[in-house]
Amino acid sequence: MLELRGLTRRFGTVVAVDAVSLAVPAGQMLGIIGRSGAGKSTLLRLVNRLVEPSAGQVLHDGVDVTALHGRALRGWRRDCAMVFQQFNLVQRLDVLTNALLGRLAYQHGLRRARVLLTGGFPAAERARALAMLNRFGLLAVALQRAETLSGGQQQRVALCRALLQAPRLILADEPIASLDPANARLVMQALREANRAEGISVLVNLHHLETARAYCDRIVAMQAGRVVFDGAPSELDAARLRAIYGLTEAELAAEAEAAAARPAMA
Amino acid sequence: MSEVRPATLAAGLPRVGEYFGKILPTLRWPVLFAGSETEGSLAAWFYRLDSWAWLLFETANMAALATLMGAGAALLLAFPAARNLGAGMLARQLARRGLEAMRTVPEIVFALILVWAFGVGPLAGILAIALHTAGTLGKLFAEAIENAGTGAWDGVRAAGGSWAQACRFAVLPQVAPNLLSYALLRFEINLRAASVIGFVGGGGIGEELYTVIAQNYYEEISAIVLLILLCVAAIDLLSERLRHRLIGAPR
Repeated sequence: MLELRGLTRRFGTVVAVDAVSLAVPAGQMLGIIGRSGAGKSTLLRLVNRLVEPSAGQVLHDGVDVTALHGRALRGWRRDCAMVFQQFNLVQRLDVLTNALLGRLAYQHGLRRARVLLTGGFPAAERARALAMLNRFGLLAVALQRAETLSGGQQQRVALCRALLQAPRLILADEPIASLDPANARLVMQALREANRAEGISVLVNLHHLETARAYCDRIVAMQAGRVVFDGAPSELDAARLRAIYGLTEAELAAEAEAAAARPAMA
Repeated sequence: MSEVRPATLAAGLPRVGEYFGKILPTLRWPVLFAGSETEGSLAAWFYRLDSWAWLLFETANMAALATLMGAGAALLLAFPAARNLGAGMLARQLARRGLEAMRTVPEIVFALILVWAFGVGPLAGILAIALHTAGTLGKLFAEAIENAGTGAWDGVRAAGGSWAQACRFAVLPQVAPNLLSYALLRFEINLRAASVIGFVGGGGIGEELYTVIAQNYYEEISAIVLLILLCVAAIDLLSERLRHRLIGAPR
């Protein structure tokens, strides 16, 4: 169970995330929606500590994540994999090594030093990564540089990296905002599959309410850093949406589309 | 500034030309390609070409080794020195100030100190150039790192990678062509530096040049300077090709 208690983050005078309290039971697939600038990205980055909170706590199974340091913090990050809108692959490294980056936190002692010095991973790890790439139809491009791949392929590599971490939680920050519909479906289905088959909790930021309804067990809507709706997808009907955003679903989608077309800094 | 007087300048300028006139060899066309025993031939001008070539080779070796050592040290210091990687305050200050100190002190001063410590010879010269190289390259490397995007860095960190692992896997592959290009450029500069460092006992062709200048062997001065020029030009051309291939590598 992931628990956020009064989580707050200020950037100067702007309050990006404002006293958010949420409890996410293990194995839940949670969709977070909201207009760009609502604080969705910051919220996810607070959970894995890429951003430090100004106030509040993140707890996972009773462990105070916000108090972790060094090795324990890296262990937490390994356990909650992150998928980014811009994929965040190392462009000049090959696809296989990019996927293997998900195994970095599992290398210890002498092996860790060898991986660091040579940049090469043990055979067992490579085999594991290749099996994962094969699952996502990426075996043929495993030795190509990441920069030669299409956006959809890159996001699948990023998913491989995330799943190779053997995480208990996946944080997906607008994972399909830069993808074509076919790849978007593929990525959402993979997240759903990881959630269903392996019991991995998934927190996914989305700008299409429709997508959230199709894949998520529960939807949280954010506005100006606050949670303004929290419930089952069926409860978030047109009237409720208008009350929150003053927009219809179509208008909201169009706005999000326009925001996604700009280089993202959501 | 008060020492610069137009009159002194006017009086001295012709003497510069006079010096160049003195060091130029007296070549005679009819015997240009005769043996080294014949006065006025090319062979006589370069009568010690064998030992000079060897010294020049030694100098190039010094430059190469110094560049390698300096670039290695620079690479290690550039990561903590870069502003965007969030190394600890103490580590960053130490790395930045250290690099500053290494590049502020001229090679020749390092060489004087090191010759006193290690004795006359190439070792002092190599270490002196390596120190200065580490300082200058470290700053350039750190700037290249600061210009690399943060996406890959976040990706590795979010996967539970340590700071060192993120440096190795997220940053190094992205900046490696740039760093190599800088190091090659430095190699050219170091060849010149290695020629001069011999003046203070750092070994190589510089020591020979210093000797012939001090003893007024005029023709030999021009011969050695010409050899150094040719060598620098050759490495210039070679490394420029290499660097362009590195930067504009077809992907």
